[in-house]
Amino acid sequence: MIGVAPMFAAVGSEVAVAFIEIGLIAIVLAALARLASKLGVTAIPFYLIAGLGLGDGGVADIGIAEDFVALGAEIGVLLLLLTLGLEYTGEELRFGLRTGTVPGLVDAVLNFVPGFGIGLALGWSAPAAILLGGVTWISSSGVIAKVLSDLDRLGYRETPSILNLLVIEDLAMAVYLPVVAAVVSGQDAVSTVVTVAVALVVVAVVLVAAMRWGHLMSAGLDRGNNEVLLLAVFGLTLLVGGLAQQLQISAAIGAFLVGLALSGPVQHRVSALIEPLRDLFAAIFFLFFAFQIDPAELPGAMVPALVLLVVTGLGKMGSGWVAAGRAGVGRRGRLRAGTTLVARGEFSVVIASLAVGLDEASELATLAAAYVLLTAVVGPLLAKNSDVIDGLLGRRRRRRGTTAEVRRAEV
Amino acid sequence: MAEVREIKLPGVGVRLEFDTEAGEQVAVVVHRGGRRELMVYDSDDPDICTTVMHLTPAEARTLSEALGGSTVTEVSRVVEQRIEGLAIDWIEVDEGSSFLDRSIADGMFRTRSGVSIVAVIRGIETVPAPGPDFVFTVGDVAVVVGTPAGIDQVRTLLGP
Repeated sequence: MIGVAPMFAAVGSEVAVAFIEIGLIAIVLAALARLASKLGVTAIPFYLIAGLGLGDGGVADIGIAEDFVALGAEIGVLLLLLTLGLEYTGEELRFGLRTGTVPGLVDAVLNFVPGFGIGLALGWSAPAAILLGGVTWISSSGVIAKVLSDLDRLGYRETPSILNLLVIEDLAMAVYLPVVAAVVSGQDAVSTVVTVAVALVVVAVVLVAAMRWGHLMSAGLDRGNNEVLLLAVFGLTLLVGGLAQQLQISAAIGAFLVGLALSGPVQHRVSALIEPLRDLFAAIFFLFFAFQIDPAELPGAMVPALVLLVVTGLGKMGSGWVAAGRAGVGRRGRLRAGTTLVARGEFSVVIASLAVGLDEASELATLAAAYVLLTAVVGPLLAKNSDVIDGLLGRRRRRRGTTAEVRRAEV
Repeated sequence: MAEVREIKLPGVGVRLEFDTEAGEQVAVVVHRGGRRELMVYDSDDPDICTTVMHLTPAEARTLSEALGGSTVTEVSRVVEQRIEGLAIDWIEVDEGSSFLDRSIADGMFRTRSGVSIVAVIRGIETVPAPGPDFVFTVGDVAVVVGTPAGIDQVRTLLGP
């Protein structure tokens, strides 16, 4: 007993310090989330700024709690991907695939290619450039859903095309993530190809199985009460994520597939149960992501980030223009669709975090943080004022031209 | 009934749209959680809405009752959500029907098709769980539950 007591005391004080650290972090995040909701913008940029303020070059440091925060951040990624998979029903995915292939391809070309190109132009290796392409490609479904509902645009004619494009990006992630995980793992060409092939086959099999038989597993889970369901889904997500990681398919895609496999009534129950947990761990993830970035390097990353903002902002305008145009929406609606899609957020950060182990990891993280800070703020502003933009473009059109089309538009 | 167009809003829910006789375009967005938004489209720019109302499930019920809606739709939606492969439908018994003035027992609908008649709507009145001796008259609407194939069978039986 005498020998045990001091040891407990030491552990006890360590725990106390960790509690205080985590508690302070959570309170700061709460204050930032409140500020964000007051300003009517997403909290992600604020969490990133909080993370930049911690660690090297910041105002404070995470001490003992760092291990917890690091693991919490990993869990945050899994829960983000789980809820992404939960977001859409199998039917919505099928419908999206049937109708959204062309806008989806336009979207990929206009937004992946610039990121990839600028990555290469910065002198990065191909894996890092592929990751940067992913960062600039995927719009933030969280931010966009919030913008559409805050601006009361769910009834607007272009809204289904925007949401369908997000479904396609979602499905594209199912292919992109395992490919990237294999490419980044830095094996030789042959084993990379093998890993990619294995991963894609696994993903395809799970996708088909989830769409066809997911309801059986869902019905089984639906029998338990909320406590059982929460524990079962949380456990399943971590288990499948861990197994996927062992197979080098990336834990994120495992969690995503679990989300896809859940359907029917249980899907909505799980969404409601997991949401608070996801908000908690995702906040830790954004914080920890930025924590690893040296704030002194951020100003330097702003120039490429601004270039990316302009190029891929125009890219998203093109995607929205095409997607909404196919639904027969008029000029202003097509512009609204484009501006709404500009916002990037959670998945850009998730993709950038996959760079761990690459030489360019810290550069990529810094650039991605700068890029997300810009687009997550500028995107919703553009969406809100897209009619103003249309007015400005309209004035230029009027001043410049007297083509038949313009005259007709003016009638 | 006006023709309703159903548009999927992935991740949000569905949007039901229809045009009024007076020419307005109306839509209801049904969120997955049961919240609803009622909106009216701009007459100059049909791509946007001018009026949007945000309704909780209880408010939506109040509004639909104020508008004279029946509660059957609500119930059927719940049933369909719970059981996959189950369909619910409304079959009108009109003038040419071979079952006018005949009872439910006569039809042996359940035995023949596995479909149950769970209610009959007559005018503004709803008869829940009609007994075997319930007799159909012109204008009755039978609310039936069963497999889609079975319902088609009943529709034929109730036809001319």
